[in-house]
Amino acid sequence: MAADRPVARPRPIYLNLFAIRQPVPAIISIMHRASGALLFLAGIPLVLWFMQRTLASPEGFAAAFGPFATPFGKLVLLALAWAYIHHFVAGVRHLMLDLHLGIDLPSARRSAAVVLVLSVLLTLIVAVRLW
Amino acid sequence: MVSGAGRQPVGAHYGTRDWLSQRVTAVVMGLYTALLLVIVLWHGGMDYATWKALFSGGAFRVASFLFMVSLLVHAWVGVRNILMDYAKPTSVRLVLQTAVVCALVAYAGWTVQVLWGAS
Repeated sequence: MAADRPVARPRPIYLNLFAIRQPVPAIISIMHRASGALLFLAGIPLVLWFMQRTLASPEGFAAAFGPFATPFGKLVLLALAWAYIHHFVAGVRHLMLDLHLGIDLPSARRSAAVVLVLSVLLTLIVAVRLW
Repeated sequence: MVSGAGRQPVGAHYGTRDWLSQRVTAVVMGLYTALLLVIVLWHGGMDYATWKALFSGGAFRVASFLFMVSLLVHAWVGVRNILMDYAKPTSVRLVLQTAVVCALVAYAGWTVQVLWGAS
């Protein structure tokens, strides 16, 4: 009966994103989105520019690596490397979830932590190779 | 687009095509990434002659083209989702989505030029 319904009480709305403690899967989810946006905005044009330069001539091949030898260039490259690696590893986790692998909560949280740690470790390998 | 009297509000799988194309393109890109990584590590680095020879092969050009087309389709699904979530006014969303589509089509043309252009 509609008349028996309890009257809705005004409840507090508490949506301060910086005060809510996010679970690990939520953190890697937003990082998946952020890294994807970065790869679209900077990654695609940079890859095409790099391919064009490196395939053009031996001089172009050598010159294309020039910007990535500067400290700023290395940081940009490292940020993009992290974005690609994180997006890749988080994507593999997504495909596994699609195949119903590890969909119970403890497994999903554990795999999310693995994504976070593994992508940082792989990015560190890139950093070591860069410096 | 789905509209009209036959529209089924829930459980109609209107997003299945986007969902599936995102997964299929992801697998294509993953395989290409692994292939390129193995090739570079196999040669212990890359010089111009090896790089040029690699991309003069027809099969590798086609594989690279498949990767780039997958990347552009994948990017469209993802960026469209982002814009649907954050760009609320329809006019703003239309302008941004149009800009993204233009950029992706231009990138496709650039890809063909890089892979098969006179160079």
